Amino acid sequence: MSNIKYLLLRRVTQFTLLFLYFGANAYGWHMLEGTFGSSVLFGVIPLADPYTTLQVLATGFVLSTDVLLGALITILFYMVVGGRAFCSWVCPINMVTDLANWLRRKLNLDKEEVNYRFIKRKARYWIMVLGLIVSAVVGVAAFEVLSPITIMQRGIIFGFGAGIAVIVAIFLFDLFGVKNGWCGHLCPLGASYSLIGKASVIRVKHDHEACTACMKCKVVCPENQVLHMIDKESISVTDGECTNCGRCIDVCDDDALGFSIRSFGNKK
Amino acid sequence: MANSNNNRRKFFATTLQSVGLTALGGLLWSGYSDEVKASPLVLRPPGALPEEDFLKACIKCGLCAEACVNRDSNRDKEGNQRPGTLQMAKGGDHRMIGTPFFVSTDVPCYMCDDIPCVPVCPSGALDMPSLLNEKEELDINKARMGLAVVHKESCIAFWGIQCDACYRACPLLDEAITLKYQKNERTGKHAFLLPIVNSDICTGCGLCEKACVTEEPAIFVLPIEYSTGKAGSHYVKGWDKKDQERVKDAKEIKTINERSEKEAADYLNMEVEY
Repeated sequence: MSNIKYLLLRRVTQFTLLFLYFGANAYGWHMLEGTFGSSVLFGVIPLADPYTTLQVLATGFVLSTDVLLGALITILFYMVVGGRAFCSWVCPINMVTDLANWLRRKLNLDKEEVNYRFIKRKARYWIMVLGLIVSAVVGVAAFEVLSPITIMQRGIIFGFGAGIAVIVAIFLFDLFGVKNGWCGHLCPLGASYSLIGKASVIRVKHDHEACTACMKCKVVCPENQVLHMIDKESISVTDGECTNCGRCIDVCDDDALGFSIRSFGNKK
Repeated sequence: MANSNNNRRKFFATTLQSVGLTALGGLLWSGYSDEVKASPLVLRPPGALPEEDFLKACIKCGLCAEACVNRDSNRDKEGNQRPGTLQMAKGGDHRMIGTPFFVSTDVPCYMCDDIPCVPVCPSGALDMPSLLNEKEELDINKARMGLAVVHKESCIAFWGIQCDACYRACPLLDEAITLKYQKNERTGKHAFLLPIVNSDICTGCGLCEKACVTEEPAIFVLPIEYSTGKAGSHYVKGWDKKDQERVKDAKEIKTINERSEKEAADYLNMEVEY
């Protein structure tokens, strides 16, 4: 069981959060209400998505302090503690793209020659900026118009309708198109959390001494460029693009990877 | 040297490509976003900002819809939850995705006194101050979600058949809809009871539309900007002292254009192209 510990923890977290959001509508619970765009925790604490908030501000609308405070709380949490954990511990699309990835490996689509790589991983940062520009030009939060994340979340809470097509499209794109195409290349929300969480304290740490260079971690990692230190040096994974999903820790048979608190002061 | 030239060329090429693709993406994205904004005949929750501002402000959290469906008054006799008025637009609804709206013929707005949907709005898209009365209390009667319009050709009351379904369904009974008595010249001995919507009182809740007995409702709610005209400021009610005040200091303006060169009688007798 030890090789799916973090995977299970993540799924439990994701399902619990979604269930609480679902219950807020279906049963009138006051645990976690709203959607990722803006939520209320325990009926009092405002939470808001930083990128969504920025998009609304870009349209020229002066948001209420509730949302701004909510965005600030979210930013502080991921900046200090979580890193890019939203993507792997909260976001429901993560389950879709993880499934696509797993199938990809099972169906042998993971080979270099069947992996279309026409999009660069940096594209998401361009898209993130572009989303703000489009929001300002058109006068509507532009990513929210097509975001599969909130479409899926609202689908679970209020019913999917034709929105299910967007989720299927993401699945097909990740399975037959670009490997880790959505989460690792395109998603501007993930990009924003990469930037926010760059300096957070919870990090995966690599132990060069214990590593046998089996490279299982690199196979399973959705952002495997962040694991550049494997079998080279004993340092923490400090790239903001690491989602702290812990799959590398799960699959490592040599105890060479584990979560730790980022050490300050020493050289990186 | 040749190598650095190559590198530079490659750098320019990839930069150009990135900028070009970004522009392409931006155009497609803007076009798509602008198209999905265009759903004019949509009824929004009470206190919603004018549509253009509402679409900017709404953060698509769904708190209003959750408050609407879970309000205490939304229970049937067995205590079960009934469907809420507010729906969150999903793919296929052809309304801006993730925004709240309602369809009167499905579930109209029941005009709750405590307006549960509005105070929960975190962004300000549902503007609470617009629903406060002089005593600073929430007052649902100040809501202007839309305005009911009567199509008199399909309204059977206008045929002379006695029907006051909309009048009785209206939460502002005898205020938002009044009945106008008029002699039925066809029979000579009956009266018409004609429903008249008073646009300064109607909140656009849609209960009349839901109650209407005709196959397609003869009374229906449209967003205010689609159910009203505008006379413009250059028309003055001369019989209204207050309105007349507006032109107290008016001075004569001499307009010189193609028309003014002729006498009034001349151009009135000519065919005018509109």
